[in-house]
Amino acid sequence: MTSSTTSATPAPEPLEPPPAVPGSVRKPLSAASLARQRRKASAVRFWKQYRTHRAGLYGLAGLVLIALLALAAPLLVGADVQSVTAAPGTALESPSTEFPLGTDQFGRSLLGLLIWGARISLLVGLLAAALSVAIGTLVGIVAGHYGGWFSTVVMRITDWFLVMPALVLAIVLATVMSRSMWTVVLAIGVTSWPTTARLVRAQTIAVESRPYIERATALGGGHRHVMTRHVLPNVMPLVLAQTTLGISTAILTEATLAFLGLGDPTVVSWGGMLQDAREAGAVSSGHWWYLAPPGIAIALVALAFTLCGRAVESVLNPKLGVGR
Amino acid sequence: MSLLEVRDLRVTYGSGAAAVPAVRGVDLTLEAGTKLGVAGESGCGKSTLALALLRLLPASARLEGEVLLDGEDVLAMSWGRLRAVRWAGASIVFQGAMHSLNAVHRIGDQIAEPLLVHGRATPAAARARVGELLEHVGLPAARAAAYPHELSGGQRQRVMIAMALACDPRLIVADEPTTALDVMIQAQILRLIEGLVAEQSISLLMISHDLAVLADTCDRLAVMYAGRVVEEGPAREVYEAAAHPYGRALSSAFPRIGDPASRRAPRGLPGDPPDPAALPGGCTFHPRCPVALDACGELDQELREAGAGRRAACVHVGSAS
Amino acid sequence: MATTSTPADAVRADQARAADGAPRTGASSGYLRHAAGKLGGALVSLFAVLVTSFFLFRIIPGDPVKAMTHGVPTSAEQLATLRRQFGLDLPLWQQFTDYCAKALTGDLGTSFQFRAPVGELIWEKLPATLLLTGVAVVVYSALGLWLGTRSAWRHGGLGDKLNTGIALTLWSVPSFWLGLLLIIVFSVGTGPVPGLFPTGGMESGMGETGLAYVLDVAHHLVLPVVTLVAVGYAQTLLVMRSSLLDEMGGDYLTTARAKGLRDDVVRRRHAVPNALLPTVTMVFINLGHVAAGSILVETVFSWPGLGGLFYQALSVPDLPLVQGLFVVFAGAMILMNLLADLLYPLLDPRVGR
Repeated sequence: MTSSTTSATPAPEPLEPPPAVPGSVRKPLSAASLARQRRKASAVRFWKQYRTHRAGLYGLAGLVLIALLALAAPLLVGADVQSVTAAPGTALESPSTEFPLGTDQFGRSLLGLLIWGARISLLVGLLAAALSVAIGTLVGIVAGHYGGWFSTVVMRITDWFLVMPALVLAIVLATVMSRSMWTVVLAIGVTSWPTTARLVRAQTIAVESRPYIERATALGGGHRHVMTRHVLPNVMPLVLAQTTLGISTAILTEATLAFLGLGDPTVVSWGGMLQDAREAGAVSSGHWWYLAPPGIAIALVALAFTLCGRAVESVLNPKLGVGR
Repeated sequence: MSLLEVRDLRVTYGSGAAAVPAVRGVDLTLEAGTKLGVAGESGCGKSTLALALLRLLPASARLEGEVLLDGEDVLAMSWGRLRAVRWAGASIVFQGAMHSLNAVHRIGDQIAEPLLVHGRATPAAARARVGELLEHVGLPAARAAAYPHELSGGQRQRVMIAMALACDPRLIVADEPTTALDVMIQAQILRLIEGLVAEQSISLLMISHDLAVLADTCDRLAVMYAGRVVEEGPAREVYEAAAHPYGRALSSAFPRIGDPASRRAPRGLPGDPPDPAALPGGCTFHPRCPVALDACGELDQELREAGAGRRAACVHVGSAS
Repeated sequence: MATTSTPADAVRADQARAADGAPRTGASSGYLRHAAGKLGGALVSLFAVLVTSFFLFRIIPGDPVKAMTHGVPTSAEQLATLRRQFGLDLPLWQQFTDYCAKALTGDLGTSFQFRAPVGELIWEKLPATLLLTGVAVVVYSALGLWLGTRSAWRHGGLGDKLNTGIALTLWSVPSFWLGLLLIIVFSVGTGPVPGLFPTGGMESGMGETGLAYVLDVAHHLVLPVVTLVAVGYAQTLLVMRSSLLDEMGGDYLTTARAKGLRDDVVRRRHAVPNALLPTVTMVFINLGHVAAGSILVETVFSWPGLGGLFYQALSVPDLPLVQGLFVVFAGAMILMNLLADLLYPLLDPRVGR
């Protein structure tokens, strides 16, 4: 008993409690600006602590670099890099000064494709993680707020999803639906939310046990008010950490689906490049320059997001021990 | 030769600018077969002292001085010799036996462990000895098969004591052995320790924040404040007529059994014990001292004679007052 | 425990127990109740898997027959025949009960691609997957536990940073890519490295028997196992590391040191058993994940197991086979979770049994 109480991890302390003024009817301006100020102060505090995690800084730097590259892709390589008909080179050229990473079986520049592929991989990763965390947050807050049999049923379903092999479920979903980027986003998003839901629910219950929530309800704040004005701001830091960690998983899953031929056939992504490489016989002919770069790119982006996520997590909840 | 002699023991956590002194030059002597109590508030360094005696502090702690156990300096021992001395020469009864026992091992195995490690018994003989030890501390021998969580707090503390006795040490260090227990059980455990120690003529170093408990059990008392011994002497005398104002405050902080006056007017001590990282200058007690002089903020006080067999570190001791 | 009831109560209860000399009564029935609850939960989960697989494959694709013949030219007549064959002209609820009844007897339908019962196909490929994932889980659990323990015991040091860094990097690598790369380097051979290992499959098919066959299979196992271990051991390492770090402040470790135990004995005999409990659960749950994760690795290495079969089914797509494999993979996860739940109380004396 005593051991369980001391070893239990306390709920992560939210960075700032929302204003105690339950201004659903008449919200004084000063309260809003006060809240804004506090939010700013807590963001500064967060950054100060984040800065002490060196791995997290490396991750962040890597992300900024890759994001800039993806955003600048239209300027650097242009959309016609994807075009099979207007390919500049001959098929499967080795690396040269003209094509630093060689060409694919259609004669397209692999370096160009790699840069262009960052757009899809990042976009799908971000969207899928956002969808997953959105579902998880919604389910978690609603289950935590209402409680009772409703919460029990919702958490049962969550637990069931938690037990499911997410990758297999995503593959099956992508198989039965039509091939498109949105299918991939949906397949990853709806299979990876349960962890977030569990964490958010626990945090919601912790937040709602605080006295100011009781005061808000006593002053006439409805369910909606409590959930959006009080609970949501408090679970946001947790959600942020979850999203960051979720993106790296989503990017890996996207690559996997694309490699299995379940991605959008009309766009170039890193996983799709690997599938092309395999189909072009890069393995048996030992064309490592075709195969290596997309994999390294996937690994670097996934690692960068993981490092950031772990740093965020350990800033929010030092007891988790990831940063130690 | 004394059984235990601590000479100018200093323990510092961390290093450089971040160094925090926890024990700042402690001298203690414990004769064979006697009982010494060490009292003080939490944070005064008394638990650090207990762990330092067997070099059980984390690697970040720096130890200086001498800890002579039977004439041999524990702090200068090789690791091999140190391991041989641990438990066999001196054993420890920790506070809060819930956490001090391993939750996933049966208590019998935990008691037998030092016997086997120090080569005192074969596995079969160790089993028999465990039964004996358990009965010795008032538990049925069959409890050897129990896990710590299946026992009450008092029973767990009995197991700790049985464990401490396993290798027939000459010294037992008891660090707050009764703190986590309620009053009835506290008294039982104290009587048990007292009885066993007397019976086997083991020396006892008992550490507690409760001066009354120590005065009741021990022959001599040392009062610690901010990492130093500020008063030392025969237990009764220190308890009833402390020479140091901190000793006086500590002895009046607990209601005295059989003395209604002290219960009606318990005198506490204002303020908190000082932060070891930022100790006040001069006598470290002066900010809380009711009888401090102006000079106390400047002048550090050494232990000095304060009557027969008594020492105290106060400007008022041995002076005109 | 002692804090909720008074110690006096505990003492009395204890004396009573000591008096009758019997172990605590009701202890084993407590475990049975726990086990029955977990078993019930697992059965509900399994039923939910059947429901999901049924509706996923019948509802979402609109017309399952059209989805089944996706990309395959089929005449209207053939479609009608297929509908009858799969019982799709019956009402939905009847289809569902038929499906469940059949699934429970092991009948998972007929593969569109192989024209053979799905159950039979799965049964045939199961041993290869069990071999691969079994070996991989043993290796990466051992590796993860060992490295995690070392990392935590000397946490903050260079070894720890290197350890977690490498594990996290490998964890971020797509398994199929690592597999392909390993094939290029060690099977095809690159530069000075000769082709050391076979490019795929489980056996050379040269008619080896006895020990030669075992060695041949082991030779084929090396690269797929290395791939699965490399991308998977990070999780075990991190869980072991953080749970051991939680234990390291424990007073019982000071007790153990005070007893005169050597540092490595303190770690092995005292710290690790306590830290192991959360990790064991993790290993079991991983087992299910590995089965699913083997899809990629089996595909890349042409391993004749369920994962390879799944890939073949996907590329057609052979929906009855995909559906059957989905049920099997999900069932494996449920089974592993159940085993973890059943095992945990037996390992941790603090949880009632």
